[in-house]
Amino acid sequence: MTALTERQQLAYANAQAADGRVNLEFETDEGMTLNMGPQHPATHGTLRIVVKLDGEEVISCEPIMGYMHRGYEKLTEVRTYPQVTTLINRIDWLGSFANEVPFILAAEKLMDIEAPPRAQWIRTVLFELSRIANISLFVGDMALHIGAISAAFYAFRDREYVLNQIEAATGGRFHPNFDRIGGLKDDLPKGWIADTKATMEKIRDFCDEMETLVEGNEIFQARTRGIGVIPADVALAYGLSGANLRASGVDWDLRRDEPVGLAWNECDWNVITHPDGDSFARFWVRLQEIRESTKIVDQLLDGLPAGPIMAKVPRIIKVPEGEAWVATENPLGEMGYYVVSKGDLGPFRVKIRTASFNNVAVIPWVTRGVYVPDVVTILASLYFILGDIDR
Amino acid sequence: MEETPEAPQVDEARQALVDKLAEELGDAVVEHHIRPGDDVWVRVTRDAWRTAGLVVRDHLNFRYFEFLSAIDWLPNPYGKNEDAPTDPRPEPNTEIVTGYAGGDTRFQVFARVHSLTQKLGLNLKVDLPDDDLSLTTWLPVFAGVNWHEREVHEMFGITFAGHPYLQNLYLPGEFEGHPLRKDFPLLARFVKPWPGIVDVEPMPASDDEAEAETEEAAE
Repeated sequence: MTALTERQQLAYANAQAADGRVNLEFETDEGMTLNMGPQHPATHGTLRIVVKLDGEEVISCEPIMGYMHRGYEKLTEVRTYPQVTTLINRIDWLGSFANEVPFILAAEKLMDIEAPPRAQWIRTVLFELSRIANISLFVGDMALHIGAISAAFYAFRDREYVLNQIEAATGGRFHPNFDRIGGLKDDLPKGWIADTKATMEKIRDFCDEMETLVEGNEIFQARTRGIGVIPADVALAYGLSGANLRASGVDWDLRRDEPVGLAWNECDWNVITHPDGDSFARFWVRLQEIRESTKIVDQLLDGLPAGPIMAKVPRIIKVPEGEAWVATENPLGEMGYYVVSKGDLGPFRVKIRTASFNNVAVIPWVTRGVYVPDVVTILASLYFILGDIDR
Repeated sequence: MEETPEAPQVDEARQALVDKLAEELGDAVVEHHIRPGDDVWVRVTRDAWRTAGLVVRDHLNFRYFEFLSAIDWLPNPYGKNEDAPTDPRPEPNTEIVTGYAGGDTRFQVFARVHSLTQKLGLNLKVDLPDDDLSLTTWLPVFAGVNWHEREVHEMFGITFAGHPYLQNLYLPGEFEGHPLRKDFPLLARFVKPWPGIVDVEPMPASDDEAEAETEEAAE
């Protein structure tokens, strides 16, 4: 039994007290220090951003995280493989199903089994549904940070249709925990395919609506065009991924370029890029990606193969010794798991590479020299989920 | 997946990569491991860590930085904590067995870079001796390594020479210990036995063959 020493407890209390101190402090020499967060709405959770200002201009900007660190990498070491999926559902909580897939694929790679085609196709459909649920919220949220409140309500309304479909298929609204090593937990319920196609229609209408409501808005354009420009080489060096990378003009999508056992190659869709690299480009790319996702879902549901949804796997899952890396293009960007197995019931070490961690690392670089209100739009356009940063 | 339908035994692209790297770095490449059609691991010496980074970035065109992390290869001295609380603790096992591309020491830092043009990934590993857990920083190679090195510093206690700001990223400032080391106990498991011990989910077995297979595996 190891207990916290008195010194550890004191240190912990001190750190807590420091965080609780006054949120705004003035310095005479080096301009002003402004604390954004930890509860600022633009931080999507509890991220604290210390901004040093000279007048209204940002001198430096340092994100401070750890308010939501749950230590998943440590926790995976004391769980079995099927138990890990429950944990990793909570990493990016808006697109939970997409979190499970790369981990399951990594385990399958080590065990050298492959899910049957039907399971792979349904996985892809659910993966894209989580992308739509995740990104449609972003679209409303981005407008909200610029001051347009109504777009957020539309986004919440239409996202609900998608969540209903995910719930109908998996039983879980936010945390499906539906993916299994070797396949899926259940087949699709009756009538689900027709319902989902109707939902996709609604989502396409939602995209049109958002284009007229937000994208064409003059104020929106003035606040986002030319703001927060990230050039392609910086994006690559920082390891940005997903729409943030594609908005910088890098034509790279793991779904197309390195598909890992899912069905994206079976249908016709486009990778969206934008050359500008500013906040507007990131918004635009994401909005178009929702459209592409609805296309993928429609096509996959049309050609869904018949057959089993579960491969033959042993009752007690022991993963053979080895190391495997699997990454997929998640709603927020590239998410990967580096799984080290020692042939036990559970993993020996799991390194979770999350998209937001790398995406947010670019904030100090991109916010130098911008004005205070632009910090909020840049944060919103980079789009991160706190659970995805802190793990 | 699509390019290599039958997973050839010799992976030419990855073998060429390793050859090129060995040519550039000479003796600094200690060992490598290729899983055909899938992935490649290269272990380099500690002195050549930054050079290796620059070589893969500039000469081999691996411009996309994925992550940097570390592994503590010590077997967990507390077991998996899946045993009933009344059972005796498992015998502490200190035998260190490392993974792909080998290793001689307990701590190993590894990083992954990606080439968008060749569509290949590369895992680089480096051993750290127990008495000197430090490494040259990769900041001049990939700017994005900053937070990854800070995380490794607090979680494993590995210092990165040349990193200007190795403050804790997640943990409170004066936290003692390095949580991702295997000898750091997970206190929650000491306070309360893990309820997941009984959680073994039955799998649907379609025929007798599958039944037999699973029983074998269970033994």
